[in-house]
Amino acid sequence: MSAKNYLTADFTLRSWFLTTDHKRIAILYFASLIFFFFIGGAAATAIRIELATPQADLVSSDVYNRLFTMHGIIMVWFFLIPSIPNTLGNFIVPLMIGARDLAFPRLNLMSWYIFMLGGCVTLFAILAGGVDTGWTFYTPFSTLYSNSYVIVAAAGVFIAGFSSILTGLNFIVTIHRLRAPGLTWYRLPLFLWSLYATSVILVLATPVLAITLLLMATERFFGVGIFDPRIGGDPLLFQHLFWFYSHPAVYIMILPGMGVINELVSCFSRKQVFGYKFVAWCSLAIAAVGFLVWGHHMFVSGQSLIASLVFSFMSFIVAVPSAIKVFNWTATLHKGSIHFDAPMLYALAFIGLFTIGGLTGLFLACLAFDVHATDTYFVVAHFHYIMVGGMVTAYFGGLHYWWPKITGRLYSEYWARTAAILIFFGFNLTFFPQFILGAEGMPRRYHVYPPEFQVWNVLSSGGAAILAVAYLMPLFYLGYSAFFGKRAPANPWNAPGLEWQTSSPPPEFNFAPQPVVTREPYQYNERFEAEPQNA
Amino acid sequence: MWRQWIPFWQPGLSPHSGDVDLLFTGLLMVSALVIGLLFFLLTLFCARYRAGNQTDRDHRVKKSWHWEVSWTAASFVCFLGLFVWGASVYFQIYRTPADEHDVFVVAKQWMWKTQHPGGQAEIDALHIPIKRPIRLVMASQDVIHSFFIPALRLKHDVVPGRYQDLEIEVDKPGHYHLFCAEYCGTDHSGMIGEIVAMEPADFSNWLTQQAPSSTLASEGGQLFRELGCSGCHSGGGTVRAPPLEGVYGKPVPLSDGTTVIADDKYIRDSILLPRSQVVASYQPVMPSFEGKVSEDQLLRLVIYIKSLAGHSS
Repeated sequence: MSAKNYLTADFTLRSWFLTTDHKRIAILYFASLIFFFFIGGAAATAIRIELATPQADLVSSDVYNRLFTMHGIIMVWFFLIPSIPNTLGNFIVPLMIGARDLAFPRLNLMSWYIFMLGGCVTLFAILAGGVDTGWTFYTPFSTLYSNSYVIVAAAGVFIAGFSSILTGLNFIVTIHRLRAPGLTWYRLPLFLWSLYATSVILVLATPVLAITLLLMATERFFGVGIFDPRIGGDPLLFQHLFWFYSHPAVYIMILPGMGVINELVSCFSRKQVFGYKFVAWCSLAIAAVGFLVWGHHMFVSGQSLIASLVFSFMSFIVAVPSAIKVFNWTATLHKGSIHFDAPMLYALAFIGLFTIGGLTGLFLACLAFDVHATDTYFVVAHFHYIMVGGMVTAYFGGLHYWWPKITGRLYSEYWARTAAILIFFGFNLTFFPQFILGAEGMPRRYHVYPPEFQVWNVLSSGGAAILAVAYLMPLFYLGYSAFFGKRAPANPWNAPGLEWQTSSPPPEFNFAPQPVVTREPYQYNERFEAEPQNA
Repeated sequence: MWRQWIPFWQPGLSPHSGDVDLLFTGLLMVSALVIGLLFFLLTLFCARYRAGNQTDRDHRVKKSWHWEVSWTAASFVCFLGLFVWGASVYFQIYRTPADEHDVFVVAKQWMWKTQHPGGQAEIDALHIPIKRPIRLVMASQDVIHSFFIPALRLKHDVVPGRYQDLEIEVDKPGHYHLFCAEYCGTDHSGMIGEIVAMEPADFSNWLTQQAPSSTLASEGGQLFRELGCSGCHSGGGTVRAPPLEGVYGKPVPLSDGTTVIADDKYIRDSILLPRSQVVASYQPVMPSFEGKVSEDQLLRLVIYIKSLAGHSS
């Protein structure tokens, strides 16, 4: 190891906390997100232990309500939304387009500080006594009736939102302005198309969340009638505003995951992604139509039946591009040369779990069935299939795929495959029974429940135990490999992407000579029979 | 019959729940087909095209657009069918209720209070006769709750500040869960009750046994006098106010030239926000009763005014 890379360039604390290197900022994000993931996971563990029996035995109702609120707030805003964009995206985007850094390196660092400030404010709300409104902050409960740290928690989310906006902005400008010579839009890897779509949503939707939280705090603090009918407000107005952000936010969470899957499926079947242009435009279609479906969270709220009709229709429409992507990934496998390395196992798990999550999304878009299933465990199961089965699985897949590039080390393939398989089974055992619970009518956010629901709850809690162990495993074998693993070559997967054309880990400024792109992405064909160098 | 295909699912107990069950079965079958096909292809491709397996990899599909168009179209048509099916059942479930037997539901943290017109009141329980549509008039005293009967596959939020109508009908006598489905605070999961569906004869007996000394309408009449409403609305007063006899269910001309039907919602709004919809040719002089009357009292006033419907003005 002669030349210095971005990790060995400087070892001082100052060089980390004042860095403007996108790769180091990605590492800062990565460390922060692990921390938040395990806090949110701890809350989930407590919830699943409590729900193993129908009675209240572990915690009181007030504590239970604070647990699921904390789980939701931390996982949505401090793990899922920043997960792929801010860690993998931050690290890989400039490498993928052949740039030295993002367009605004200092803004990138500022976005991390804002994120951490928001995180600390939210953690303070939790430590001071918690919040019991649910992550949705529904009014008038949150503005008048809740006796908890609502404004502090909302302030944390409000602050973190600015970090999202800055990251989105940075990606949009970077992808527009800093592409290497020859890297036209249709030569961009699909990961970038989906991050671009994600960034557009981040920039357009997040301000609406900020406004909504501000209005909520105004009503709670000053008693101005906005959402509370007693002082002239309308509670449904809050839901419209909140979901106008929070439904597109679902696509903020899943689009980057889909982007990662394109890279994985293509690399490990040694083949170009089938229907490249369709998949690229599907990302943008999802981002656009995703803004028009928010009312499907309100089919039983008392909004007009005609509004429900329109939102139901749009919700079916937004499912079409997602379905197209699944078909294209499957078609990519056709006549490929498929390697079952750990990232590919995650990718295959993603396709299966995302499809189940997507299909059950159709159940909920279907008006009459939603009347029965909304606010039950069916919804809980559905969005965990998308968020955890989809997004978190893709995150782990991407993390393993780019791990050699990020750390310059190879992880243990044996342990990685074991963890991937364990996560798959643990996940299904945890969340599939929740579909059945929901169909039988068990409402969500229930601390105690009628005894006939216990069987499925016990199965779910058992699955959660497996899942918890499985999620801890990468912490150990990846952590070990970061320090003691075999050194990785520049291109361990034998992949054609630009990020693999520089050393692992990359030097401080990524590329010595400016790379020039002359081909379409995913040109695996000519090295079709070649085995990866480390195999 | 098709309900038995879903072994874990309890059969629904109303005409509408059968429609929802059929829809659920349809959705499950579509999903099973899609997942079956997808998993078959994934397994097939993963097995046949695994690295190192000698097989035909020539003649890859190059031009993809006709594949794209066909599976886009197929998805769209399939989704459109499900949309239309789901929407048509939805409109039946939430159709404007037939005004037969009214039951009044007040939700508050953390209980369901139900009242029959005869004054029979219950907490966390609701007795109803079978095979007869019942119109629920629901209001919330505080936060948003949601009235959910899984056996009927039926749910509706109860949002504070407005009345919500919902029609329920049960086919079979029995005890069924009533849940609050919208998170409403500390004891949300304790806000559960039961629906007791009875044979019509048993229900009449129950009503008689439970009958209190006064009906909701007569209690409302008493409130009407205590709160001073009668001072202006009963004629003979010094202030001119519209008479309320025979008003319920009739169109009322407003001062802005429009007309509204004097239903429960209009009467409720007129008590709480009297200046928002003033009757034509009257002065907006009535004070608001916002914060002065509870949802229980409001219901009684509305029922009293409704009971005047038969009187001529």
